Amino acid sequence: MNAAVTTNHEHTKRTGDTLPTTRAAADEQLKALAARRWRIALTLTAVMIVLYFGFIVLIAYDRPLLATLVTPGLTLGILLGALVIVVSWLLTFFYVRWANTHYDAALRSLNAADADRGAMR
Amino acid sequence: MNTTAIGQPNSVAIAFFILFILITLAITYWAARRTRTTEHFYAAGRTISPGQNGFALAGDYMSAASFLGIAGLVSTTGFDGLIYSTGWLVGWPVVLFLIAEPLRNLGKYTFADVVALRLKQTPVRIAAAIGTLATVILYLIAQMVGAGGLIKLMFGLSYETAIVIVGAAMIAYVLFGGMLATTWVQIVKAALLLAGAFVLAVMVLARFHFNPAALFGAAATKYGAGVLNPGKLVSNPLDTISLGMALMFGTAGLPHILMRFYTVPDARAARTSVFYATGLIGFFYLLTFVLGFGAMVFVGPDAIKLVDKGGNMAAPLLAEFLGGTPFLGFIAAVAFATILAVVAGLTLSGAAALSHDLWVNAMHRGEADSREELRVARVATVILGIIAIVLGITFKGQNVAYMVSLAFAIAASGNFPALLLSIFWRRFTTAGAVSSMLFGTLATLLLIYLSPTIQVDILKHQTAWFPLKNPALLTIPLSFIVGIAVSLMSERASVDDPAHQRRMHLGEISAD
Repeated sequence: MNAAVTTNHEHTKRTGDTLPTTRAAADEQLKALAARRWRIALTLTAVMIVLYFGFIVLIAYDRPLLATLVTPGLTLGILLGALVIVVSWLLTFFYVRWANTHYDAALRSLNAADADRGAMR
Repeated sequence: MNTTAIGQPNSVAIAFFILFILITLAITYWAARRTRTTEHFYAAGRTISPGQNGFALAGDYMSAASFLGIAGLVSTTGFDGLIYSTGWLVGWPVVLFLIAEPLRNLGKYTFADVVALRLKQTPVRIAAAIGTLATVILYLIAQMVGAGGLIKLMFGLSYETAIVIVGAAMIAYVLFGGMLATTWVQIVKAALLLAGAFVLAVMVLARFHFNPAALFGAAATKYGAGVLNPGKLVSNPLDTISLGMALMFGTAGLPHILMRFYTVPDARAARTSVFYATGLIGFFYLLTFVLGFGAMVFVGPDAIKLVDKGGNMAAPLLAEFLGGTPFLGFIAAVAFATILAVVAGLTLSGAAALSHDLWVNAMHRGEADSREELRVARVATVILGIIAIVLGITFKGQNVAYMVSLAFAIAASGNFPALLLSIFWRRFTTAGAVSSMLFGTLATLLLIYLSPTIQVDILKHQTAWFPLKNPALLTIPLSFIVGIAVSLMSERASVDDPAHQRRMHLGEISAD
């Protein structure tokens, strides 16, 4: 029991959330956490879609713009193509870093609370 | 460049190729001793690390179409080929943000596990298996046809012999070594392919003081500024957008890619593995910019098309120009290894659809003995391997790129909408899932049949009923609409949503 209290305390400190004491409360917290994850995931997906289809629509409808030379030999089209790849990396990096630190920590504390309740029953 | 060793038996190529076969068969032997249960056979015992899975995902994804095909397209058309380079990468962030983690937490071996979880097993499994098999078989045919042509060009073997060799090796990997062998074959192949492409790109750039712009400039000087801009390949704007949609959303519906997320221990590992895969694949596609334009400058579009009309030999020809016959041999062996690894992954996911989805869950209500399921999966592997060999020979000479884009279109329209809706939408019903998957798969097949590619190019009709070469622009939104509309009209499934949510985010362990 003592050990459970200590871990609870640690998790509370780490996530800054109050810990749920009932299944219903845990479900509510999970719901809020899940909603936050989906919000971030959907925003990043939207950024990706806008970025790539922006590029594709330019290819389809504004070729003269893409033919602009940025430096001799490098057209805006090739530069944007490479940038789409680089930005895809950055978006996945951003998401994985957020999820591996914040999201996983919050999930772990919910999980620990789950286990604690199981022990108390 | 008038002479080339391509088409003559190349001792270096054969040596490298035999070495690759020996290494991969040794891996298979090692893996076979660890493949005792269905969990091993389909999911490598869930022991693959995120880094390993990142390489394996990249290996599964970087097919001959992306190595030989894109380099060929860029070298013969310039900028247009780069549409594929970017399009094939942007699907990965989508897989990461929307699919990877819920898939790992909700499913067991196939993506149908996730779609069927809250719904009636039998109809959903059958519909998902149809979508899976349509995607897998078309993708397999494309790879087999590519392999046959490639090996004929590179080793001087007959087309049929080449197909049988590829088929036999692929059956051996999957049949004996299951997912563990398939994964390590992918890892070896991905490392070889990345190393080969990287060395080739460095050799190209070394001649331009490591300034890519100087390389592009040289291409423009030689063949006109047009090669750096969108050109003929994308003459129809809607076709361009449609192709873009198929490439972006198809990745998230490819059964052999989705299956890989079950080989890692948990959702966190699944997520991290996509990050590695995106990095590796993105790096590879940036290299294709250099390889394509390098082949254009050093070998020339005409010389490339002389060897192979589709331009598929651009990268090997470039290797021969820069590194002589030995380097050509190495790149040729890498290209062969690439195809071999991809067909193994495809066969395994097809076998899982036949045994896990159809035989166990649709026909035996999920109540099958694990050993029996393993036996069925192995029989399915042999059947699929033989089908792939027969179809590979039947479809000799077909356009490979169009069959790959067809596979992507089916994956994007048949599999992806139902998978996404089953994760996101609690009101999704059995009728909605089945109709979305069947509609997506069948409508895509029908519209491809009515497209200019089949009607005008192959059947030599004057006009086509459907104007687009790729139907994804229409079929993806329609599959979503069908899935949503039918769900709203059919009876709501009784579902314990909190439990489902817990499992989606926390995984299976905490749900019980």
